[in-house]
Amino acid sequence: MSKRPAFKKELLIAALGLAILVALPFLTSSRVTLDFVIRLAAFGIFATSLNILVGYGGMVSFGHAMFFGSGAYTFGLLMQKTGASIPVAMLGAVVFCALLGLVIGAICVRLKEIYFSFLTLAFQMLVHSVIVTWTALTGGDQGLTGGIPRTPFWGINLGNTTQLYWFACVVGVVCLLMMRYILQSPYGYTLRMVRDNADRARFLGIDVWRVKLYAFILSASFAGIGGVIMAMFVSGAFPEFTYWTMSGEAVFMIMMGGLHAFIGPVVGAGLLLLFNDIISRTTEYHGLALGIIVLIFALGFKRGITDFVVQAYRLATRKGLQS
Amino acid sequence: MDPVALYECLTSLSCVITQTSTGLIVGALLFLVAAGLTLIFGVLKIINFAHGSLYMLGAYLALSAYRVSGSFIVSTIVAGVGVGIFGLVFERFIMRRVYKADVLMQLLVCYALILILDDVVKIIWGADFQSMGMPEAFQAPPLFIAGGIIPVFYIFLIAAAAVIALVLWYVLTKTHMGKIVRAAAHNPTMTSVLGLNTNWIYAGVFAFGGALAGLAGALAAPVRSMSPGMGFSILIESFIVTVIGGMGSVSGALVGALLIGLVRSFGSIGFPFFVEGIMFLAMALILVLKPSGLLGKEPRA
Repeated sequence: MSKRPAFKKELLIAALGLAILVALPFLTSSRVTLDFVIRLAAFGIFATSLNILVGYGGMVSFGHAMFFGSGAYTFGLLMQKTGASIPVAMLGAVVFCALLGLVIGAICVRLKEIYFSFLTLAFQMLVHSVIVTWTALTGGDQGLTGGIPRTPFWGINLGNTTQLYWFACVVGVVCLLMMRYILQSPYGYTLRMVRDNADRARFLGIDVWRVKLYAFILSASFAGIGGVIMAMFVSGAFPEFTYWTMSGEAVFMIMMGGLHAFIGPVVGAGLLLLFNDIISRTTEYHGLALGIIVLIFALGFKRGITDFVVQAYRLATRKGLQS
Repeated sequence: MDPVALYECLTSLSCVITQTSTGLIVGALLFLVAAGLTLIFGVLKIINFAHGSLYMLGAYLALSAYRVSGSFIVSTIVAGVGVGIFGLVFERFIMRRVYKADVLMQLLVCYALILILDDVVKIIWGADFQSMGMPEAFQAPPLFIAGGIIPVFYIFLIAAAAVIALVLWYVLTKTHMGKIVRAAAHNPTMTSVLGLNTNWIYAGVFAFGGALAGLAGALAAPVRSMSPGMGFSILIESFIVTVIGGMGSVSGALVGALLIGLVRSFGSIGFPFFVEGIMFLAMALILVLKPSGLLGKEPRA
């Protein structure tokens, strides 16, 4: 089978996006902007990984933060306790998240819809309470403090903020490309078919459970990378990373950005980060404000931002054809 | 990990009685919350993720009513009715709009409600831990049965939950109204064809489930401290209860709740750090071996 020609377009867009992001530190010296992009890289990967399950697999997980947090904690612990190099610790975090995803996914993916959501939520609370109770290893409520060493590797020094920024951008774009590649592959289309009609897929000889489980493991692993970037950025890992509100935010990022366009979750992540920054600056009642925004989107717009854009684009091109 | 302590407790009658009574009140509270959750699921086919917040609202309403009236009975009624009305309003104006939508929207709406209610509680009652204290009527010396200590309030709480369970069983299985609710759970289209307004059945069940959670919150108020966000842990536990007992089965919720309550109270002696792990393990086992739960009906193909 020849290489899919369509993917050239994605590579081009990714290269262009990366070029702009890499050039950004030369254009602005604003720390806030760079910090924002680093967080966007972490949450963009996290939200997109969740969208593998929600948008492409039709499985609405409400516990995805357990993998985000597990990635952050595994990475931090490997760096602190074993003195591993950053790439090795990252790999370790991904492997741990994949294994966790295998175990939890094996139990969860057989279940239908809302049952699945609740069960993932429940497992997340288990992970959260393990992290909070196991004080000797994880630092409990206080989180994994003491800083995560940023040992230089391959000539890259992540102690330098600009280099950390570049690193986050590269990891973010590469992860998005990988997820895009997987979702455009035959496997990606099998996953869509399972979402749309599991019975038909079964008749065609597809092992539905396995397809769903692979999606669960994949999304767990990528969420772990998001967690690693976050851990690097804040130089620590905190129980809030695995708390249910984090999962709720990820679900909202997807919905707000739009789950039908691949880039939707990243747009949503950016918007929510922006909202959060504005909200926490103006009011102490963060939940109240965020809750109202969520209701406006869920009951008012009923669609994400990119859905509107796609719709407008389609409308415009159709008109162009007619005239 | 202290299996010796657990063994010693199990061999002493007084310890068994004390721990059983603790387990029973935990189970009774869990049952009230889980019964509402499972009823709503059975009839409306949605899981109310915000159910724990209704429990929290009940506890805080009871606290305020108690401070004003000084009567625990009044505060319990206020909490039950108040949260029931809140449930009704929430169902009519918000939840109803997402029945036909996908799970994602239902989830988000509940998520929003949890966030909003937590902050509303913070605004009205403050972010600090609060406690109601034991109402005067129950400030009697505890009962001693075979050396075991049982506070008077525990007996009241267990009795109240038992009465509610009986009423629930009677209403659902013996009355005309119960028949309608079961019909709506079984086949909503056919029920509405028969001229029954399913919209109002849905609203009623949601309000009733909310009222049960509110009652549980009020009954828990004298023995638990309150804080915004308190609803979340009971939400997870009552979900585990409904999975173990069988989704949609009220009797299953009772069995599951008592089981979890006893595991909690005896587990806290023998293996305090693994109590939660054991609950989840039990849930995972049930899901793998008998996904419909202990007393749940096998889903029809």
